[in-house]
Amino acid sequence: MSESVITQDMRDAIGVESDPVVNEVEKGAIIKFAQAIGDDNPIYNDENAARSTKYGGLIAPPTFLRSMRVGANIVNVKSPYSANLDGGSEWEYFEPIRPGDLITVTQYLADLHERQGRLGNMLIMVRETKYMNQFGNVAALQRSTGISYQPA
Amino acid sequence: MSQQIYFEDIEVGSELPTVRKDPTSQQLVKYAGASGDYYQIHYDKDFAKNNNLPDIILHGALKNAFLGQLMTDFVGTEGNLKKLSVQYRAMDIPGTPVFAKGIVKKKYTEDNENIVECEIRLETHEGKVTTPGYAVASLPSKQ
Repeated sequence: MSESVITQDMRDAIGVESDPVVNEVEKGAIIKFAQAIGDDNPIYNDENAARSTKYGGLIAPPTFLRSMRVGANIVNVKSPYSANLDGGSEWEYFEPIRPGDLITVTQYLADLHERQGRLGNMLIMVRETKYMNQFGNVAALQRSTGISYQPA
Repeated sequence: MSQQIYFEDIEVGSELPTVRKDPTSQQLVKYAGASGDYYQIHYDKDFAKNNNLPDIILHGALKNAFLGQLMTDFVGTEGNLKKLSVQYRAMDIPGTPVFAKGIVKKKYTEDNENIVECEIRLETHEGKVTTPGYAVASLPSKQ
């Protein structure tokens, strides 16, 4: 086992919330996202069809929130390794995301640990992200796992 | 829109309708643009190889989106996706089809909501599971 790359500064960052960033949800961005993932569901693509549903208009696909900007303070937990992989996500959904919504995104580092794998020593960072709408309701929560490693 | 499914239509062990996707390098570029994730391992083969990867690989989040579609297609407009979790256990390369599949593991009523819990997965055309996951959704009732 190589020496830990987790510094005290990195540990101190656990639990510190990022500066909130407000993201405005644009209808065109929803449609573009739905097209990019290849999902032709009318509730993401067709305003007229979506109007006749319980939503009364377009909504965003569940993973659209991935396109939102997050505050930059998470930079101080930057990994010493140059390569990154996404390990997975857990989402909880509470409110639909609609065009015109103002979504405030905050994020914090929830956990840091290391693991040996086929890519060598891997630094695992678990982050929790909160997406709150303009009515003060949490629209979604996301717990995501990032993996970083040093290419040989 | 497709036919709405109801809580009464579902049993533990019911299989979700499979969603087939044929990701291409072009789709990865479109996804990069739509999501804002411009990490080069998803469209620059040399960059990917210099990061010890076999080729350009699908964004994990794109696979997450495919499994999201599996669930939202399944529950229909009247259903609600409540939880979706995915783990990227292996990489997927563009150019071959992938299949989002799922099976109902639990079915119950809680706080006046009709809940189904599903084991979900993304498989390669060879049947290898690269992305297992779990989802919880509510369905409308016929009553």
